[in-house]
Amino acid sequence: MNAGDVSVTGKGGQLWQRFVIAIPYLWLLLFFLAPFAIVFKISFSDPIIGQPPFTPTFDDAGNVVSTWDNYRFLFSDKLYGLSYLKSVVTAAIATFFCLLLGFPMAYAIARSDERTRNLLLLLIILPFWISFLLRVYAWMGLLNNYGVINNLLLWLGVIDSPIQLMYTDFAVYIGLVYSYLPFMILPLYASLERMNWRLVEAAMDLGAGPLRAFRDITWPLARPGVIAGCLLVFIPAIGEYVIPYLLGGPESLMIGRVLFDEFFVNRDWPLASSVAVVLLVLLVIPIVLLQRSQGADQEGAA
Amino acid sequence: MKQRRSITLLSVLAFGYAFLYVPLISVIVYSFNDSRLATVWGGFSTRWYAALLKNDEVLDAAWLSLQVASISATLATVFGTMIGLALSRFGRFRGRTLLSGMVTSPLVMPEVITGLSLLLLFVSLQLLIGWPAQRGFSTITIAHTTFSLAYVTIIVQSRLNAMDQSLEEAAMDLGGRPLRVLFDITLPLIAPAMVAGWLLAFTLSLDDLVIASFVSGPGGSTLPMVIFSKVKLGVTPDINALATMIIVFVSSAVLVAWWFGRRASRN
Amino acid sequence: MAGFEVPSSGRVLIDGVDVTSTPPYQRPVNMMFQSYALFPHMTVEKNVAYGLQKDGVASSEVRDRVADILKLVQLEDFTARKPDQLSGGQRQRVALARALVKQPKVLLLDEPLAALDKKLREHTQFELMSIQDKLGITFVVVTHDQEEAMILSTRIAVMNQGRFCQVDTPATIYEFPTSRFVADFIGTINMFDGVVEESTGDEVAVRSPDANALLRAHSERKFRQGDKLALAVRPEKIYISKNKPDNGDDICLEGIVEDLGYFGNISLYRIRLPGGKIVQVSAQNRRRSATRSLEWDDNVFISWQPQSAVLLTE
Repeated sequence: MNAGDVSVTGKGGQLWQRFVIAIPYLWLLLFFLAPFAIVFKISFSDPIIGQPPFTPTFDDAGNVVSTWDNYRFLFSDKLYGLSYLKSVVTAAIATFFCLLLGFPMAYAIARSDERTRNLLLLLIILPFWISFLLRVYAWMGLLNNYGVINNLLLWLGVIDSPIQLMYTDFAVYIGLVYSYLPFMILPLYASLERMNWRLVEAAMDLGAGPLRAFRDITWPLARPGVIAGCLLVFIPAIGEYVIPYLLGGPESLMIGRVLFDEFFVNRDWPLASSVAVVLLVLLVIPIVLLQRSQGADQEGAA
Repeated sequence: MKQRRSITLLSVLAFGYAFLYVPLISVIVYSFNDSRLATVWGGFSTRWYAALLKNDEVLDAAWLSLQVASISATLATVFGTMIGLALSRFGRFRGRTLLSGMVTSPLVMPEVITGLSLLLLFVSLQLLIGWPAQRGFSTITIAHTTFSLAYVTIIVQSRLNAMDQSLEEAAMDLGGRPLRVLFDITLPLIAPAMVAGWLLAFTLSLDDLVIASFVSGPGGSTLPMVIFSKVKLGVTPDINALATMIIVFVSSAVLVAWWFGRRASRN
Repeated sequence: MAGFEVPSSGRVLIDGVDVTSTPPYQRPVNMMFQSYALFPHMTVEKNVAYGLQKDGVASSEVRDRVADILKLVQLEDFTARKPDQLSGGQRQRVALARALVKQPKVLLLDEPLAALDKKLREHTQFELMSIQDKLGITFVVVTHDQEEAMILSTRIAVMNQGRFCQVDTPATIYEFPTSRFVADFIGTINMFDGVVEESTGDEVAVRSPDANALLRAHSERKFRQGDKLALAVRPEKIYISKNKPDNGDDICLEGIVEDLGYFGNISLYRIRLPGGKIVQVSAQNRRRSATRSLEWDDNVFISWQPQSAVLLTE
């Protein structure tokens, strides 16, 4: 039962409700949905010198002008295919490590008592409020050849000369895990916190060892949180720009960077648009998966 | 019931927190480094803080970022609350699935795509109706509002779903018309969620680099854009100072908010 | 009745006025919610005043009426408190005051006593009745608690699958149920299925396979020989004894004590008849004794007067 069900109010009662829906709806249609349509359209244009740097859709005679050149180029040049692949693989590996570190942390927090729990959660969320850019920057200082880590290892005598940590894939992984860890921990924690730990006790009472109980009881119940956390990390990580740029090397070319460079460096807007469209197509499946799991989760909680 | 937590679990937890905080601490430490070479220790000094305060480029960018963040956060909160109300209280209406989808997508959309699409929109609008003639403050604000309102919607919507609906029914039963009930009962009770949403939108806006890079124009550089152009080449000491200031400010704000929250809930 | 659901068919009339399409904020009906639904961000006084303010009543009159109603529910010292500073019983009284202050034509109460402990429940039952008496407002109570319904009501409506089965005073419902569902739903009852053997005047004789004697009952309804019906009699109307009783008019059956339960003030017996049927009998423990008079597996006689039974066809 909600205010909307009282349709007996007649037209007067519903009018303001229509406004409340319509205003943000129009905003989103204009500033969220329409842009995608435009990206799609421009991916079929040719780049030209001038403002704007792409051919218009309709030529002087009013016919639709479009070309598949951009897509053909995209699929023919190996560079693009490789960077899509690289992005997906990098994002997947980063997601995996995020899960590896995040799950035990979320588990430990969910198992701790009320007061410590709030403090622990706060400490997880706190870095999130600090600028993302600055946190990535902080790692630059650490991973540098003259940075903290190398200095520490040299001082300890573990190594003789600085090891190259910056501008490597390794640095990119660290950056990704570092930035997205809260996104993994919070949904995991939400799932685990809802769990009834008595079920684990019941299982152990019936003869299951702790590992068995975890596999049979805890993991299935935590799965929605795991899925949500992984998708919340994986999907944005694929299109990451800042982290690979600042921390990665030439072999860490990810699709976010490709798109940015096509757009700003090569000024080839149509090609950049086609890169974006293909990336979106790649992401449709994970996004739909996420929406499904969110919907199921909300219904389950209700 | 206390569980004896295993050593491995505790050590993973400790490692995790160290992982999160060591970089921040190192930045703070090095911001007091007297040497120009940001990673070689040259003695304790606060000269970088002084230099920062005289740096017009940084100050202008900070001011612009604050303005954009305030306005976009406010707009995002208004829109986000409207959508949250619609999705939570208005039952089924035409276009509900589309609205729901539009609202959850920005949460996961890679920023390069959002930025690119918005820029192309602004360019097309300029061709069609002449506005926006100059990209800058307004376009960045619009862009930030659009992706922030998704976050506000989620926060407000979950608060509304968790709220006891019989309160609104009771108000209507006593004679309050639905619009009145909205202002008398619903909004006051979701006010904390709206505030949390505003703060989140504010932070997201202050922090955004990629989207702002796409949709801004000449003369309109946000703070992240300035920072990025400086750090592209490597670590610089005055950025250390700026980073420390932001870290300290945000940390204190969050800790203060948490402290007050605890006191309020204890009462 | 409050207006939160729109009926798919039928009309709602209050005092002869059709309010089916009137929204809840325009109906002369107020509701006391099961969860009380007190506005947590308003004081007791503001909560109670809310309805009057929405009606546009002058603020001086609002103050007076709020004070009066709070005095009626004995909360006049709590005006400045917020709901989270009140006990469960106090919150309920605020909810009641808030609904009553507008002097509605009908007050709806949703499981009013469900959340209260036993002592408070008894106290509140009588309080509700006295308030209703004083103000003269019609109360409509929804409950699943039979005791609550029996004590509070002037009339009870028993519903089954959305339909009213019987609407009567508590005594009529209990002693004169008109259907098997109502007879079985309210309290406990013993049913003997059988066939009318003969019917003279207001006395009916029923033969039932469950009992090996002819069961007689009184009924104003006319039955014909061969009619199928059930003869129902309440446990407390049945006498139980070791020796055969000698009140000739009563129906008397023999059986064995299959089970018994001692409750202090009463004892409940389950008697197995030769045909296998179990009859429930309740008897007050009139004699003060530490030992029971009847034990498991005792042979006993159970008997009841013809006018104690009711005949049911549906």
